[in-house]
Amino acid sequence: MEALSALVAELTGDEQKAASAASSAGFAYGLAAIGPGIGIGYLVGKSVEAMARQPEAAGMVRTTMFLGIAFTEALALIGFVVFILIGL
Amino acid sequence: MIALEFPPINEILRWKDLFPSFNKIALIAVAAALIGSIIFLLAGNKDPMKAPKGVRNLAETLVEFIENGIVMQTMGRDGLGWTPFLLSMFTFIYLCNVPGIIPFLQMPATARIAIPMFLSLLVWVVFICTGFKHQGIGYLKSSLFPPGVPKALYILVTPIEFISTFLVRPFSLTVRLFANMLAGHILLVTFALLSEALFQAKGNPALIPMGVLPLFMLIFLTGFEVLVAFLQAYIFTILTAVYIGGAAHPEH
Repeated sequence: MEALSALVAELTGDEQKAASAASSAGFAYGLAAIGPGIGIGYLVGKSVEAMARQPEAAGMVRTTMFLGIAFTEALALIGFVVFILIGL
Repeated sequence: MIALEFPPINEILRWKDLFPSFNKIALIAVAAALIGSIIFLLAGNKDPMKAPKGVRNLAETLVEFIENGIVMQTMGRDGLGWTPFLLSMFTFIYLCNVPGIIPFLQMPATARIAIPMFLSLLVWVVFICTGFKHQGIGYLKSSLFPPGVPKALYILVTPIEFISTFLVRPFSLTVRLFANMLAGHILLVTFALLSEALFQAKGNPALIPMGVLPLFMLIFLTGFEVLVAFLQAYIFTILTAVYIGGAAHPEH
């Protein structure tokens, strides 16, 4: 850690800015992906359970599942956009 | 070792103008609109009494998919009048997405924010107008003051409902389509660059066979993108249907 901060201290202002932008872009996407990852896993798991219990309701469950995925996934995608905006 | 320089984002998303103010993305969008129209015009001219085949078969499958898979599941029987709108939306988005994996085109037109943003603004206007048409001024009441909430909570609920219905919906529709296609495109570019760099690795011949690994990943991801192109068009259309259905019939 000390070596890293010594390395950072040697950089000029612009380089420091670029370095911190690059690392925070990684954090932005990584953190944004945690919640939706868990959420979508839980959602699809429960949907499969429901479809297995009641195959005749599979169509309805599938539609609702895609809707839920779309809403949950939006958070991760916003994180991805932030990653593009600050990282590249 | 090999030097791998990832190109700046502009280089993988921007194309030279074919002629002033008309580039490949615009070409793909125009082609998508034309191909979609042509399919349905051709199918519409076929004799409806004969057994469908060829292009009419395709068109009928699509219409049936929109009716049974999207309209009936979200809006019910009253929403069948929306089928043409949803069908053209689905076809256009799908045909804009699919060039992402077609060789030499290799760019989904929806990976630039303009097309998703325009489409979701269109959806936004359409669902708000539908709400006012079906419920009059009561649309604002039913969407901002949902029934069954204790009176005091409206201080909290009304601003949240306003933001989520009128501001976040078009934004999230845009970002969902745009970011999914952009992410897919960047993934494909990454693995293509990786395998290219490994195949051309100088100095260390042992690296050259390793280039097969990202190549397999590239093939797998191309297959995955076929699925994503369809799924994103489907999700955009189904969300449109849900928004319009919700505006036409308030929750009780």
